[in-house]
Amino acid sequence: MILVAFWVFAAVAIASAVLCITRRSPVASALWLVNTLFSLAAIYVLLDAHFIAAAQVLVYAGAIMVLFLFVIMLLNLGRPGPGDIKGLWGKLIAMIGGVALVLLVVYGVLNKALTPTTLLLPPGTVAGEVEVQGAVRAVARPLFQGYLVPFEITSVLLLAAIVGAVVLAKRRL
Amino acid sequence: MLLGPSLVVSAVLFTLGVVGVLLRRNAIVIFMCIELMLNAVNLSFIAFSQQLGLDGQVFVFFVMTVAAAEAAVGLAIVIAVYRHRDTVDLQNINLLRG
Repeated sequence: MILVAFWVFAAVAIASAVLCITRRSPVASALWLVNTLFSLAAIYVLLDAHFIAAAQVLVYAGAIMVLFLFVIMLLNLGRPGPGDIKGLWGKLIAMIGGVALVLLVVYGVLNKALTPTTLLLPPGTVAGEVEVQGAVRAVARPLFQGYLVPFEITSVLLLAAIVGAVVLAKRRL
Repeated sequence: MLLGPSLVVSAVLFTLGVVGVLLRRNAIVIFMCIELMLNAVNLSFIAFSQQLGLDGQVFVFFVMTVAAAEAAVGLAIVIAVYRHRDTVDLQNINLLRG
């Protein structure tokens, strides 16, 4: 049952991603990307990461994609134009690169080159922890105990990004 | 249980992001493809965190933060470039070409 739901959402995510990179209009691309992000949030729920799924919908599908759409409309790029997809050589290079990369990575995954079996927790450990502690506390505890310093450094990063965005978007640079 | 399938989906989504960057010339669409790649990596983090402990979910938080900062600064740069050159087509933005 979970596997069926997983493959349904995975198929929606991949199909939407293909449409995202092939649609001519940037607005259509952005909306298909939102569809991909929502399907990924559903997959996160299936993988016992409920809080991350909520954050995905709020931060990615909500905030970041609204920022993209806002810039597209601010620059008036939504009108139908000749399109920006590269010519024959660009398509050829993209196709060869894509096929080579996916074969390489899937080969690694199927050969279990990436999964250190001795480190794996017994199945259901994380799900049980989320069940006992609640979805938020299970993530907050490592975040504010083991990763407190990176968390605080993140706030400096965000401050720098805010200042940088304001300075760059000023009328006279 | 879902680790293998999740990693395959993650690989396919990452590849689609790379193909999008190679295929498109619009700077904003290229940014969206980069977001797609970051999301593919997030998916593999979450899939591993189901098997290896909750630290992976903390990393996804940091990736989301960096992605938000990158989108804000990158789109500000796109707006600044559009003001100067009246285009976001990367073929016309070649000031640094030797």
